[in-house]
Amino acid sequence: MSLKIIVPVKRVIEASVRIRLRSDGGGPDMANAKMAMNPFDEIALEEAVRLREQGLADDVLAVSIGPQAAQETLRTALALGADRALLVETGAAIEPLAIARILAAIIAEEGAQLVLMGKLSIDEDNNQTGPMLAGFLGWGQAGCASGIVVSHNTARVTCETDGGLETLDVPLPAVITADLRLNEPRYPSLPNIMKARKKPLETRALDAFGIDTAPRLKRIEVREPPERQAGLVVETVDDLIARLRDADLIPAGSAAQ
Amino acid sequence: MTILVLADHRDGMLAGTVSRVVTAAQEIGGAIDILVAGRDCGAIAAAAAEIAGVNRVLCADDPRYEHGPAERIADLLVSLAPGYDVLMAPAGSAGKAIMPRAAAMLDVMQVSEIVAVRGPDRFDRRIYAGNAILTVEAQDARKVLTVRASAFVDAGRGPAAPVQALAPLDGPALSSFVSLEASHSDRPDLTTARVVVSGGRALRSKAGFAELILPLADKLGAAVGASRAAVDAGFVGNDVQVGQTGRIVAPDLYIACGISGAIQHLAGMKDSRVIVAINNDAQAPIMQLADFALVADIFEALPELTRKL
Repeated sequence: MSLKIIVPVKRVIEASVRIRLRSDGGGPDMANAKMAMNPFDEIALEEAVRLREQGLADDVLAVSIGPQAAQETLRTALALGADRALLVETGAAIEPLAIARILAAIIAEEGAQLVLMGKLSIDEDNNQTGPMLAGFLGWGQAGCASGIVVSHNTARVTCETDGGLETLDVPLPAVITADLRLNEPRYPSLPNIMKARKKPLETRALDAFGIDTAPRLKRIEVREPPERQAGLVVETVDDLIARLRDADLIPAGSAAQ
Repeated sequence: MTILVLADHRDGMLAGTVSRVVTAAQEIGGAIDILVAGRDCGAIAAAAAEIAGVNRVLCADDPRYEHGPAERIADLLVSLAPGYDVLMAPAGSAGKAIMPRAAAMLDVMQVSEIVAVRGPDRFDRRIYAGNAILTVEAQDARKVLTVRASAFVDAGRGPAAPVQALAPLDGPALSSFVSLEASHSDRPDLTTARVVVSGGRALRSKAGFAELILPLADKLGAAVGASRAAVDAGFVGNDVQVGQTGRIVAPDLYIACGISGAIQHLAGMKDSRVIVAINNDAQAPIMQLADFALVADIFEALPELTRKL
């Protein structure tokens, strides 16, 4: 079995950065913000590369839809083991519905059998592109994967759910989204970073796809959440219990000793 | 306006999140129906019918819907969509899998995990791990929404609405259920619990977690939560991870024990009414956020707290 895998990757503000919002309500200040590959996408890519290393896949294509600077993210993907990369270049912010539609068009051209992608991107926290893509393609889906075993055109996927770990069999082709515990992504080695420079990175204009990407959601405002009031340092467990009883948060049971 | 709420359920019980989604639906305004899909789910449908403000419950009771296959339930929603202006569901694992699939099939851009209703088309949601609030206006004629249940109150109970059986849809089976490694617990559900006791890496081991966190939770009738570090270290199951990528909670009382408070964890709990943090590091981020911060060794403070409650 030799799969062709597509891994969509998104360039986002790095996870550890505390965002600063612009005063005009337009969203976070991106100037000088440290950018990185969405961590869930990195995990998805790692899984795809491992499947290729196990001989289950022979081609891993990393796709990003975004600005020219996303080439950097794709070079990272190539250094991490993707075979090829495709940038669909656009300066506009594209919503998940349109992203899923563009990905569906690429998959139709490429004839891929598996899409591995992050369960969400840590900027907009939408948690929806994967199932949307599966819906467009009419493919099976498994979300929030913490384990994937591929054999005989089926993926056995362990999914992290509210009720515990649920295992599903999904026939290929399928869309699988990655959760945090799927794997520990590798770091790109220097030789692989050098090699990545020679791997093919194609750039196509978004317009070439002829897909309507007009936003469906009008963004009214982005603002800071309410600040929590500074709290109180309590010295002892007894003090804590007294405070919680005063606030009626715990029943007034036996008196603190 | 007509609204269809997809019910979440587990172990034969209606999820507590559903009646909170009904509250969000009432804020949008309109006739509210609930869809229950599952196997032998009559009792769940009956429970859904008793949520205040519900007009009707549609019950698709069929082996095909056992274990909630996302593809089949999305198909069912799509088939019902022509009768509704709004489709919504709790943003639990089922809603997150099913709703976007249905949205794409309906050519609708979903509004994910809303935390406030500002008008029939206008919603607030959190972005950047809760560090910003985005207000959007949904311009699609039909709306598909998931709802952060912790941001809405329970709708309460009312006279039972009629339950109408729904014929299952044919269509190919895609994903199929193999097994569930469930963490059985008599404790309240994490998402809707009034009190949550959460443990972090500082508990050092599964035994440490069990010996310090569970008795305190039992004493308080609380749900148990954990930081990502504690879940990664195997102290406790994934289903109790609180944070940006785990469960989002907003209880009356959140007690964080030995949790430093990475922004991803804070994203999951900082809307709690009162936060207590117990940590030996006074500088830990969670201590800056807590209403009551106790600088102490959890291995001493937690047994003492449990004993004295």
